[in-house]
Amino acid sequence: MNLFGRLTLTALEHGFVESIGAGVVVLGAVCTLALLLYFKKFGWLWREYITSLDAKKIGIMYLVLAAAMGLRGFIDALMMRGEQATAVGGPGFLPPDHFAQIFTAHGVIMIFFVAMPFMFGLLNLMVPLQIGARDVAFPFINSLSYWLTVMGAMLVNLSLVAGSFAATGWLAYPPLSELQYSPGVGVDYYIWALQIAGIGSLLGGINFLVTIIKMRAPGMKLMRMPIFVWTALGSMSLVVFAFPVLTVTLALLTLDRTIGTHFFTTDLGGNVMMYVNLIWAWGHPEVYILILPAFGIFSELVPVFSQKRLFGYTSMVIATLLIVFLSFMVWVHHFFTMGAGADVNAFFGIMTMVISIPTGVKIFNWLFTMFRGRIVFKTPMLWFMGFLFSFTIGGVTGVLMSIPGADFMLHNSLFLVAHFHNMIIGGVVFGFFAGVSYWFPKIFGFMLNEKLGKLVFWLWIVGFATAFLPLYALGIMGMTRRLDYVDPASGWHALLIVAGIGACIIGLAILAQIYQFYVSIRDRKLHPAGDDPWNGRTLEWAVSSPPPEYNFATIPHISERDPLWYNPDLKKIVHEKSAPIEMPEHTAMGFCIAIAAFLLGFGMIWQMWWLALLGLVAAVLLVIVYSFIDHAHA
Amino acid sequence: MHNSNANLSETKAGFGMWIYIMSDCVLFAALFATYAVLNGQTFGNATPKEIVDLPYALLETLVLLTSSFTCGLALIASQKNKKDWMLGLLFATFLLGATFVGLEAHEFSKLISEGHGPQQSAFLSSFFALVGTHGLHVSIGLLWLLILMIYVAIKGLSERGKEKLFLFSLFWHFLDIVWICIFTFVYLFGLL
Repeated sequence: MNLFGRLTLTALEHGFVESIGAGVVVLGAVCTLALLLYFKKFGWLWREYITSLDAKKIGIMYLVLAAAMGLRGFIDALMMRGEQATAVGGPGFLPPDHFAQIFTAHGVIMIFFVAMPFMFGLLNLMVPLQIGARDVAFPFINSLSYWLTVMGAMLVNLSLVAGSFAATGWLAYPPLSELQYSPGVGVDYYIWALQIAGIGSLLGGINFLVTIIKMRAPGMKLMRMPIFVWTALGSMSLVVFAFPVLTVTLALLTLDRTIGTHFFTTDLGGNVMMYVNLIWAWGHPEVYILILPAFGIFSELVPVFSQKRLFGYTSMVIATLLIVFLSFMVWVHHFFTMGAGADVNAFFGIMTMVISIPTGVKIFNWLFTMFRGRIVFKTPMLWFMGFLFSFTIGGVTGVLMSIPGADFMLHNSLFLVAHFHNMIIGGVVFGFFAGVSYWFPKIFGFMLNEKLGKLVFWLWIVGFATAFLPLYALGIMGMTRRLDYVDPASGWHALLIVAGIGACIIGLAILAQIYQFYVSIRDRKLHPAGDDPWNGRTLEWAVSSPPPEYNFATIPHISERDPLWYNPDLKKIVHEKSAPIEMPEHTAMGFCIAIAAFLLGFGMIWQMWWLALLGLVAAVLLVIVYSFIDHAHA
Repeated sequence: MHNSNANLSETKAGFGMWIYIMSDCVLFAALFATYAVLNGQTFGNATPKEIVDLPYALLETLVLLTSSFTCGLALIASQKNKKDWMLGLLFATFLLGATFVGLEAHEFSKLISEGHGPQQSAFLSSFFALVGTHGLHVSIGLLWLLILMIYVAIKGLSERGKEKLFLFSLFWHFLDIVWICIFTFVYLFGLL
């Protein structure tokens, strides 16, 4: 037992490629700090953002986190594509263990630290505005949620520098993730990063659920809410129901690894498949947690850019709620090969086909909204069209795999990889990009460059199709996922090179995206957004751009579903100040509690028990101290 | 009295607490499922029947249920603005809760010393995880209760104090319900 647990200097020794990664992390941290100090912006950052309880500021920080982690996740993807395109007939440039860490980190980062923060960012920015509220229900918990997510992401990044990350795949199936086969710190990094970020997400879920139920403007009945708010409500209900299962699953794996229990071990009665069931009982709802808000974004922008009311509002709401309900009944389709038997597999196969029905309803509702509308082909609408194309392909291949017999052939193949990227990139990411291009003028007060936006879209969609459509063919040709080496006799090489080229085109798309933001910010004075650049119909377009901290000087009274189209006077009413407005004071407490949680996680990973205890005690004490301060807003 | 409780449920914090409890239900559901899957996996070590001490579990049950009763009385006292009564009843709740945790700790240490620790079989792992997680919740509740008593003692019985007590009592009664499920599925069914 020593002071540093298992942490020794050997933890800092890495192979060549890993050292570059570690270097980038350290350099990035140092450069950020140096820039902040050089421009004397640290105080500004601290006052305006880190300690802020304003949901809009927190939303922007979520988007920054998602962008930063997205870049890292994309570099992982490039390395994987590079490895598979070059490691033919001989080893590639990545050692097998490092390759395994990369595909694990890629999945973990893209789901937990890109898609989730991206979603929570958009929710923070738009849900209070769309329901006519000044803030979320619990601003302090909101700040805490954000910083817990950041600390999870920082643990993942730290694993590049000190030690290693899990080499188990993104869901860390046992027995591989058990101590016997993964004795290092990799799986512990995985567990604690997800546990800390997961608790942040759970708190966020509770927060938004209460916000949407309790804080709507007078007159905004449930059936008058914008569809984005409905999908947020569905998604947050799923968070509240699904994330505790993740917490339990990770906690049981922790117990197996630290005190030697036998939940998922191969000996003394442990049950490996129970882990797989539990993690997918969270994991399947998770994909709907991500896609529902994307559906909501499309339901917001399609009517605006078709200049027509949304077709089938009620059926859209029912479809959303059905998806919420059914998403808990399909998890076994991730492992039909478990051998649960024909009856169980048949049930879950049929449920999987059933859940595609409400999704199809939504697709047709959007199409009927466009039908005979005067469609304006701005960037957000392009993202929607791209989504229609790629999400429908993904949906069709998903239904194909819901047939257990077909799934037995396609399980674990690149066909599956192509399918879920079609859903996650073509669905979630395109949806969130559409949301950013649609709401950016509202959040920052100036327009994004439209020309570059269209270029970004076309690069993305071409790159995406080039990178992922070949994977369907490779899957049918028998290529399994996660291979670090390809036999030349397999005949897969050509398609892998095509996929690699596709990844490079996506890389160009990302560079163009960064350039788009640069140009738009540079020319911001030339393209002011005004309050309502798109002729919007929901409340966020009534307030100024960017909105004041309190959103609405006067909370409007809502009597219609698309309030701004029916009552343009609202645009004046929300600016009129009548009663004094009280907003929560800024506090560093959320940030500090999250730091304590980070220390707890780091201590547990490296078995520095004193540090873990210190982190835990500090977190509890800070919560207690905070509870003694009387706030206007708890 | 009844009405004011309903009102507290409708505040943001009250409603948020209900949602949190809902998520905690899912957490326990996952642990119950784990227990259900693993309770036959004794692997040569003790079976549920061999480790269940029903009279002892009944004693634990009675202690915890009584603590819920005193907690309910404390809530009534708070709404009638009887601060001393409230603090006294909360103290009784604390003592009963602490007794429960003590009884459970004794049960656990006895099992471990007899060679039935959580490392011995998957069944025992799941038993300790389920019952232990409840015990952990009660322990956290005790810490919360202690802070609450200090809060009320310092700041008096404000509206905010009453709301805090209401939130705590929701949590405390919820833990009772979970315990009743544990008593039924682990201890009573264990005897079958």
